Amino acid sequence: MSAVGHEILDDAHDDHVHHHKQTFIEKYIFSTDHKMISKQYLITGLLMGVIGILMSVLFRMQLAWPEQSFAMFEFLLGKWAPNGVMSPEVYLALVTIHGTIMVFFVLTAGLSGTFSNLLIPLQIGARDMASGLLNMISYWLFFISCVIMLSSLFIESGPASAGWTIYPPLSALPQAIGGSGLGMTLWLSSMAIFIASSLIGSLNFIVTTINLRTKGMSMTRLPLTIWAFFVTAIIGVVTFPVLLSAALLLIMDRSFGTSFFLSDIFIQGEVLSHQGGSPVLFEHLFWFLGHPEVYIVILPAMGIVSEIMATNARKPIFGYRAMIASILAIAFLSTIVWGHHMFVSGMNPFLGSVFTFTTLLIAIPSAVKAFNWLTTLWKGNLQMNPAMLFSIGFVSTFITGGLTGIILGDSTLDINVHDTYFVIAHFHLVMGISALYGLLAGIYHWFPKMFGRMMNKNLGFVHFWVTAIGAYGVFFPMHFIGMAGLPRRYYTNTAFPYFDDLANVNVIITVFALITAGIQLVFLYNFFHSIFFGKKAVQNPWRANSLEWTTPVEHLHGNWPGEIPSVYRWPYDYSKTNEDGEYVIKGQDFIPQNVPLQENEEVMSH
Amino acid sequence: MTVFLVIIVIALLAVTGWQMSKIFQLSRDSSATSSQIANDKDNKTQGILMLAFAVFFYLLMIFCFWYYSKLYLPEAASEHGSKIDTLLFISIGVIMFVQVITQALLFWFSYKYKGVEGTKALFYADNDKLEFIWTIIPVIVLSGLIIYGLFTWSDIMNINEDEDPMVVEIYARQFSWTSRYAGADNTLGSANVRFIDGINQLGLDESDPYAGDDIITTELHLPVGKPVLFKFRSQDVLHSAFFPHFRAQMNVVPGMITQFGFTPSITTEEMRASDYMIDKVKTINALREENSKELIAKGEVALDPYEFDYFLLCNKICGQAHYNMQMKIIVESEEDYKAWLEGQQTFGKTMAAQK
Repeated sequence: MSAVGHEILDDAHDDHVHHHKQTFIEKYIFSTDHKMISKQYLITGLLMGVIGILMSVLFRMQLAWPEQSFAMFEFLLGKWAPNGVMSPEVYLALVTIHGTIMVFFVLTAGLSGTFSNLLIPLQIGARDMASGLLNMISYWLFFISCVIMLSSLFIESGPASAGWTIYPPLSALPQAIGGSGLGMTLWLSSMAIFIASSLIGSLNFIVTTINLRTKGMSMTRLPLTIWAFFVTAIIGVVTFPVLLSAALLLIMDRSFGTSFFLSDIFIQGEVLSHQGGSPVLFEHLFWFLGHPEVYIVILPAMGIVSEIMATNARKPIFGYRAMIASILAIAFLSTIVWGHHMFVSGMNPFLGSVFTFTTLLIAIPSAVKAFNWLTTLWKGNLQMNPAMLFSIGFVSTFITGGLTGIILGDSTLDINVHDTYFVIAHFHLVMGISALYGLLAGIYHWFPKMFGRMMNKNLGFVHFWVTAIGAYGVFFPMHFIGMAGLPRRYYTNTAFPYFDDLANVNVIITVFALITAGIQLVFLYNFFHSIFFGKKAVQNPWRANSLEWTTPVEHLHGNWPGEIPSVYRWPYDYSKTNEDGEYVIKGQDFIPQNVPLQENEEVMSH
Repeated sequence: MTVFLVIIVIALLAVTGWQMSKIFQLSRDSSATSSQIANDKDNKTQGILMLAFAVFFYLLMIFCFWYYSKLYLPEAASEHGSKIDTLLFISIGVIMFVQVITQALLFWFSYKYKGVEGTKALFYADNDKLEFIWTIIPVIVLSGLIIYGLFTWSDIMNINEDEDPMVVEIYARQFSWTSRYAGADNTLGSANVRFIDGINQLGLDESDPYAGDDIITTELHLPVGKPVLFKFRSQDVLHSAFFPHFRAQMNVVPGMITQFGFTPSITTEEMRASDYMIDKVKTINALREENSKELIAKGEVALDPYEFDYFLLCNKICGQAHYNMQMKIIVESEEDYKAWLEGQQTFGKTMAAQK
């Protein structure tokens, strides 16, 4: 339908491209080109990631060697670490900002922002996003929210420190904790802008995916990456506004004396006038986004992994339609499971039963995906590129972390592991480490597309293996200290002797954390070095089928120099043979999507 | 010990740095010749490393279960607690079964099917039967767990008022716990933060006749074998009352009263005498003695030997001293409990003495 109108537009666009010379600012700063915007997202996301991981290193050191003096603390934390001993206030601030940065700035914007922007137009066969201008605004709003969030680290009363979930009243009352003053105001403003950025971006992704697909690119010929990004954007549009409303109501409670979340409070010798609100309402609003948020983080990683795994296994992804169905099922169920964060919040126990039921249901599509990835590897011809290693690592951590979800999603069992280190171990494996593996896999795989050069594979191998060992070394033992009853967000576990015998486990975890964080320097070196000095990439280095590899290595505005290619098949025709056992195209084990059906080729449903 | 570990960390970082410089060397040399795309040699090395990693991962799991599973809490000290533990062990059994099989397949396939130039991968896009099987198996297993879990959950959460449980209020504020016994009438007097004044720290309504016999204490004593219904109240921010040994937890929410009920089943004395606790206390005291030596060397006071007591922890971030918000719990025989309660002053008497 849109294809006809398209071609006319394309011609006009082409003329435009050839005559226009871009200034530096147009090309690198206020760019409306989706490829440049995706690079901006990636590099901003990586910088935020460095800060977030560095914070985790600092508080892990405090947990392993409580109240010991480190010159590094004094240097980095200044007045928050008198004589190099970390103070309890800054410990809470670090865990809060670490969580916020990693969840929103790295794994939402850094992952989905980067790859949705890069791949949606390239893989569906579009010249650019539906609106380049909105896309640019989306990035710059994200940038502003990063700046505001980071600026909160430098203020007198300290950054927000009520946990990344910012439950009121703690987050509403500066009397309760120092970070709930200006720090929380900045946190809320930053998040409000972040949400605006995310919404604009998501709407753009949805519109682009629906309207700008090239001729022949039906929904069932889309690569799974696009399905994942598309559905992620929909979840974002449905749920982020609810977080915005929660943030706005909290701002009103904090600054304008309303009582949405506050009631009957006596603090520092005086009774506050708030009456009739409920913190449980905030918890509902927060987790209505907060839970889908973990799928906003993990679905793009799943899409990326599916695509990379099929390409490098030289095999079609197993159960393409089942994969799409499970993405849709996960997306739907993700919006009705939020209560599993609140089993012991004081809500009616009957609600707990309902949420246990929906939560365990979501394990079914997740299991289907895991089995399909395993079958994709089976009898493949696995090309062990770094991206493939991270994809295999993703499946491993996703299974390990996902399985413990069966314990946490069960309201009965949650009673005793709620808010302990068991939870930390669970969600770091299933959404933290897994999503980071997805992000890293994506970077290694699409680096040639983004920068026209290759990343060094040997450094990639070292990076993967040390990270894989370190990540399990950190998070597997952590389950056990959680089951020993150790609560999270404790500045030190030695305030009373009962947990003294867990101290050596904490030391082991921290040692692994230091090594894992350290090895990321190899990645950073590889990344930035390869941008400038990496080996020049060929057009289709991984011999992949999807459309982005039909564009030239050199970036140009509008992606394809001539006409946009038409699509004749699904993106997973790897190692497809004719009846005689020969590849459909002689001597080539892949058939790009823009290749028409060949003679004698068996026709599939796609 | 810690100094030793710091040295290990520094040594490991040094080794990492040294290795990295070697790798950079390697990467320089190879970038000229190789294409940065995995070749057969890479596939082989990485395939073998996949297998090696699987060995590491299984050893790590065995190590953790062998050495760290003993860190799990002692036998549940409440009647419902053993039900939670049983369900937990069944669930762990199920998930570890799946874990062991799927991870083995993942790494085995990664090794077995590592790429070799010229090999044909199998074009295998769909199999409805297989997909049906691995949809229906999780459905069945999860249904079992859901049904089991839900029955246990409603058992625990629906408080049986017929048993006439003893009502105790747990009151939270930054950063301490207080308990209030309902007294002879077993009914808590009404309260609100707006009544907080001087010695009336919990804000009881003095005009409420039920309040007079309430008893406010800073330790929680519970008679063994008697159902208790806890009512939770907070005066400032969210807290969470976490009784790990009793497998009980409930958030404490300002502006509303939450509740949780359980029946303590093991007294403090019995728990102290259990093999688990004797071992644990021994380990902890050995560690404390070691630390004391360091302290004495620095001219500070040595640590007291530790003796086990049940405790109530705060498990919802509540401010900077969140990590140290706790209350001692003593479970004792009915007689001991009554004797202790006799010695406490009622709210009415406290207020009268004030005037």
